[in-house]
Amino acid sequence: MLNYLARRLVGTIPVIVALSVLVFAFVHLLPGDPARLVAGQDATPEDVQAVRVSLGLDRPLWEQYFRFVSNAVQGDFGTSLKTRRTVAEEIGERFMPTVWLTVFSMIWATIFGLLIGVLSGVKRGRWQDYTGMLVAVSGISFPAFWLGLLLIDLFSVRLGWLPTGGYGTWQHFVMPSFTLGLGVAAVMARFTRSAFVEITREDYVRTARAKGVPERFVIWKHTLRNALVPVITMVGLQFGFLLGGSIVVETVFSWPGLGRLLVDSVSYRDYPVIQAEILIFSLEFILINLAVDVLYAVANPEIRYR
Amino acid sequence: MTSIPQAAPTTGSLSNAGAPPATHSTPLVEVKNLTVEFPTEDGPFRAVDGIDLHIRRGETLAIVGESGSGKSVTALSLMRLIEFGGGRIVGGSIQLAGRDGGLRDLAQESLPAMNRLRGDEIAMIFQEPMTSLNPVFTIGDQIAEAVMLHQGLGRKEARSEALAMLNKVRIPEAARLLDRYPHQLSGGMRQRVMIAMALSCRPSLLIADEPTTALDVTIQAQILRLVRQLQDEMGMAVMFITHDMGVVAEVADRVLVMYRGKKVEEGVVDDVFARPQAPYTKALLAAVPKLGSLSGAPLPRRFPVLTVEGEAGIATEAERWQDTVEPAAPPILDVDDLFTRFEVRRGLFGRLTGRIHAVERVSFKVHPGETLALVGESGCGKSTAGRTIMQLQAPDSGSIRFSGRDIFAMPEAERRRMHQKIQYIFQDPYASLNPRVTVGFSIAEPLITHNLAKGAGVEERVAQLLVDVGLSPDHAKRYPHEFSGGQRQRICIARALACEPDLIIADEAVSALDVSIQAQIVNLLMDLQEKRRLAYLFISHDMAVVERVSHRVAVMYLGQIVEIGPRQAVFENPQHAYTRRLMAAVPIADPARRDRSRPLLEGEIPSPMRKLGDEPIWAPLVEVEPGHFVARHPVGDFA
Repeated sequence: MLNYLARRLVGTIPVIVALSVLVFAFVHLLPGDPARLVAGQDATPEDVQAVRVSLGLDRPLWEQYFRFVSNAVQGDFGTSLKTRRTVAEEIGERFMPTVWLTVFSMIWATIFGLLIGVLSGVKRGRWQDYTGMLVAVSGISFPAFWLGLLLIDLFSVRLGWLPTGGYGTWQHFVMPSFTLGLGVAAVMARFTRSAFVEITREDYVRTARAKGVPERFVIWKHTLRNALVPVITMVGLQFGFLLGGSIVVETVFSWPGLGRLLVDSVSYRDYPVIQAEILIFSLEFILINLAVDVLYAVANPEIRYR
Repeated sequence: MTSIPQAAPTTGSLSNAGAPPATHSTPLVEVKNLTVEFPTEDGPFRAVDGIDLHIRRGETLAIVGESGSGKSVTALSLMRLIEFGGGRIVGGSIQLAGRDGGLRDLAQESLPAMNRLRGDEIAMIFQEPMTSLNPVFTIGDQIAEAVMLHQGLGRKEARSEALAMLNKVRIPEAARLLDRYPHQLSGGMRQRVMIAMALSCRPSLLIADEPTTALDVTIQAQILRLVRQLQDEMGMAVMFITHDMGVVAEVADRVLVMYRGKKVEEGVVDDVFARPQAPYTKALLAAVPKLGSLSGAPLPRRFPVLTVEGEAGIATEAERWQDTVEPAAPPILDVDDLFTRFEVRRGLFGRLTGRIHAVERVSFKVHPGETLALVGESGCGKSTAGRTIMQLQAPDSGSIRFSGRDIFAMPEAERRRMHQKIQYIFQDPYASLNPRVTVGFSIAEPLITHNLAKGAGVEERVAQLLVDVGLSPDHAKRYPHEFSGGQRQRICIARALACEPDLIIADEAVSALDVSIQAQIVNLLMDLQEKRRLAYLFISHDMAVVERVSHRVAVMYLGQIVEIGPRQAVFENPQHAYTRRLMAAVPIADPARRDRSRPLLEGEIPSPMRKLGDEPIWAPLVEVEPGHFVARHPVGDFA
């Protein structure tokens, strides 16, 4: 197990290095001169030159890269062009709302997805199966922005039960996390169902019945435990999907998170912020996948003991 | 047809607490008119049709039949597991004399009641030990689960009971095994674990569905002996499902023969083997290779195939000796000092830690018209040797000469031409035909690739090849799924023949087939050898089939040939200890010759993996009689 963990950790190092190069290159690959971008449209050539020197853009490329990396490791991504605050501050206050929204959505989506998937798998070919899968297909097909608007119209505008947007109380969480998690829950349900149906045909499930294991344990212990192995991989992939989805959902529900910050920064061409956001989104994705790999090994002894 | 069973063999004391006194007159299980159906698109399919059977305490009833005969369905019906596979018991009764003394009809029991019985009073072990254990739970937990369910023990007591059971099935270092996972165990060990699990509640009936079919022959012998010893210790009845008449002769007190869902014969094992009544039983027994049946004769011999036609009629195909070797001709295949090894890499940086010595300095010759059998158990390197000759696997060193020319020294174009002269037939006829193209296309493809026929000539050749392997020309337009396993193997043979080969490497080519089909395919291979002077490299684990087909035999163990020579010499005068143990492990399809105390190989099949620098010992083989060579140096456990 430790060997496996060590191998996975070592394996992420080149990924992180490659990521840092890409994010660094981002500013340099954009059309135009970064110093001019930072200095603004009206700057004189002297101003631009001054900015170039102050940002170190006149140094050789490799030196700039190492400075970028050493600054990033210390949490220094420069200052926002829009607000003139440090990027670290900007991101710092947006970080947790997004984390809470993503984690909360993921948790309910996984639990419901699993339950619907198992129910459909157990009752396959019957009405419970068809209903479950109909809900799942609808969940996948609903565009998040449209669903969000419909929910706001119904629960906030007409019924007045929930706030239209913002952040603070648990009521603020209901609609955004439902909108964000629905697609994931649907994918999880379908995936769990097919994994479950496949496992049901395995010889060891028959062995469990031959031992006289009651049917509910056959389902929830012998079958589900094995079906979880592929499902865990799916959770990791879906996290990536949620990170992307949060951009839309946060905009629709005015959620003060990283997704909306990204949208705002893009429209303002706030390059330091965009750069830092890309780095953070990517790192999150790498870390989540690392965690998933570890979980995968916990669920699957064949990997743990290799 | 039913003969009166003799009294069951005396067994150890019945260990079932509170069991009624064992009276041999009342059967433990009595099945009457059992009928099982599966719904299909064309209406219900009757898999088991009115079966009657009974099993007494301490007795072993073997149910034999070929694939689709309904034997496994019968077994699963007794467990009432058939419902989970889509089947339905539509008629008949299954009376079980319970431990409490009462009679119950299992066909009518509710699911919760069956759950209480399953694993407690009746238990089952299955064919595939590799997939029958749950991969995510430890061995200890899986055995303990049954104990906790049925005996109401706590976790700790159940665990010590699991340990006791592992000791009972003679697993060495059982305590260490409790916390292991199934994938860390070999097939034989997993089957022992399955048995431990099944017997943990001391059932009065054990149903064993082909429990040794997936195992190597020496491991099979160990498992069969273990089941019998435990049966004697616990006094349980055993229902043994198998397709292997050798296993039947080895284990059974009584035999029930099934054919297409019906019982065709039932009787005491010696009677059924000595005086079979039903035509089907006669045909089945005729097709079964019996080790030692060719004693005293040097040549291979065709199977006497009987075909059941309708209810009574039998068509007979005569036996014939096979004399096809031209001893003076130069060898078609000459393998010299062949090494094939696989690297084993471990750890964080994939360091080379060892090698699998799959083929270790192997040398042999095959003459035109000759069949050389390469025999051995899993991991002995016989398939790797075949794949290396076929150039599907690169050797580490050594030379392979085909028709006198070194194939590694040939220019590329010539090697490709030579490729068509060596053909391969694989074990699994289901996996080796492309399901998306017609069989005609599969057979025509090598003709076109190698430029052997053009235009209308292709179709003609395909038609002729299909006739040659006993199929009809219009089969060319069909797809593989429309054919049975035996027919598919014929198609694979036709495809191999398309290239006009001089040598065919048959890797376990008949192992997956039913015995009657196996006999037909073996006869076909022999016919083709006679007509075309084909040479075969016949790779097999089945000593009885090898005895029938081969002129010479090479026995492989841990990558080395430990014994090679004329078939008669190797079989009648085996010189290497491993050869003798291998032959002793083969169950002989003749109850009169069963010897339950013969010495067996202990333990597991050793691994050909060795640490870096730990080279195996090798010395030239010693000639003990003309053409018969034996290893006299230590190989593995044989010093």
